[in-house]
Amino acid sequence: MASRGFFGLKRPQPPRALPPGQYWEQGFPVLTAGVTPQIDLKDWRFSIARDERDLATWTWEEMKSLPQQEIVVDIHCVTKWSMLGSGWRGVSIDTFFEAAGIEPAEGYVMAYCYGGYTTNLPMSDVRGGKAYVAWEFNGEPLEAKHGGPARLLVPHLYFWKSAKWVRGLRLIERDAPGFWEQAGYHMRGDPWKEERYWGD
Amino acid sequence: MATPTRIAWQTATVERVSVETPTVKSFAFRLPDWQPFRAGQHFDVRLTAPDGYQAQRSYSAASAPESEGLLELTIEKMPDGEVSPYFHDVVVPGDAVELRGPIGGPFTWSATAGGPLLLVGGGSGVVPLMSMLRHRRAAGSDTPVALVYSARTWADVIYRDVLEGIAAVDLAFRLVLTLTRGHPDGWAGHTRRVDAGMIEGAIAVLGRPRYVFCCGSDGFVENAANLVVAAGVGPEAVRTERFGPTGQ
Repeated sequence: MASRGFFGLKRPQPPRALPPGQYWEQGFPVLTAGVTPQIDLKDWRFSIARDERDLATWTWEEMKSLPQQEIVVDIHCVTKWSMLGSGWRGVSIDTFFEAAGIEPAEGYVMAYCYGGYTTNLPMSDVRGGKAYVAWEFNGEPLEAKHGGPARLLVPHLYFWKSAKWVRGLRLIERDAPGFWEQAGYHMRGDPWKEERYWGD
Repeated sequence: MATPTRIAWQTATVERVSVETPTVKSFAFRLPDWQPFRAGQHFDVRLTAPDGYQAQRSYSAASAPESEGLLELTIEKMPDGEVSPYFHDVVVPGDAVELRGPIGGPFTWSATAGGPLLLVGGGSGVVPLMSMLRHRRAAGSDTPVALVYSARTWADVIYRDVLEGIAAVDLAFRLVLTLTRGHPDGWAGHTRRVDAGMIEGAIAVLGRPRYVFCCGSDGFVENAANLVVAAGVGPEAVRTERFGPTGQ
């Protein structure tokens, strides 16, 4: 349906196509459902867990001693903005699994966070070089309001899947909705399929 | 968790356009497919150009869920925006607009949840808070509620008459207004940015809030939420929503 008198804005064209319904944002907006947690690096931990048991846990220093990667990716937020060519430093989720000697089963993970946030992901979306724990953004330490000290980075899915203040991944056999997924957001969230909400 | 249902696009008809302030208008839409919503939720609107180009944005409901069939969205005009200037400069009653919703879960309040309720809004961040206040009135709730609302000037206070009207008749509602960039002669209210004194003052009147909702720009919300926690409210009670111009 064409909107009467709407022609779109003559704005700088993005250097590459954006997923449907997205616009090119030059800044880095903040969207958070609650208070920004302040996490001391000496208390910080990242774990891989099954049920209520930690299978492996890393301190901040232990994580940073793992092989690191620099990642340059486009970010797509379900609230419609896209940030192109953002630079991150982090450790691949594959590396955590390898370091812990865990052979992950098929199935799903529930990312859990300082502050209580959760988000669910298929294992196939966090392995195979698709997901990271990242602590640097464009060469600077990741600010607390953007998820620092470290956040999950799953750039091929809508950005709510890149959980801020990540504390661990819980291995689960069956998919279950996380924080936003219970509130109407899509279980997978592929921006190229415009999987924003339930039923998309 | 509610049963997942499709959040489908529908074509709504603009029934009324109201000027709230020099930069803010409210648009009442008649929805053919009415879905009950919760105060604080938002809707997505989608505009389509003749060449097929589309732009989408999210706007909070300003009306009460009880005004069935008629949804009001309050939209601030962003100078460099693409969608908000269209609404302000082009849309008139009778126009058709595609929208879908409601969307959003944590930033919602229902009268059955009770209180006390502390609302902290900056600029157009007051919009979803207004939906909560209207819902509280429509539901006949006497939940104690305080709204700490920061606006630039007297002319920029959205829903000024409605808020003052409620404050005049509803003893369980406390309005704390601060005008940070200019105020009328004889203004006796606050002129500072929202600070610890304002939050502590509201809590002193209200009692310890069970729910706190902070909405506004990123910087406003970061500050407000931290002040609320510093005043002794548990972070689990605090819900935030940030919007408006982003930039860095």
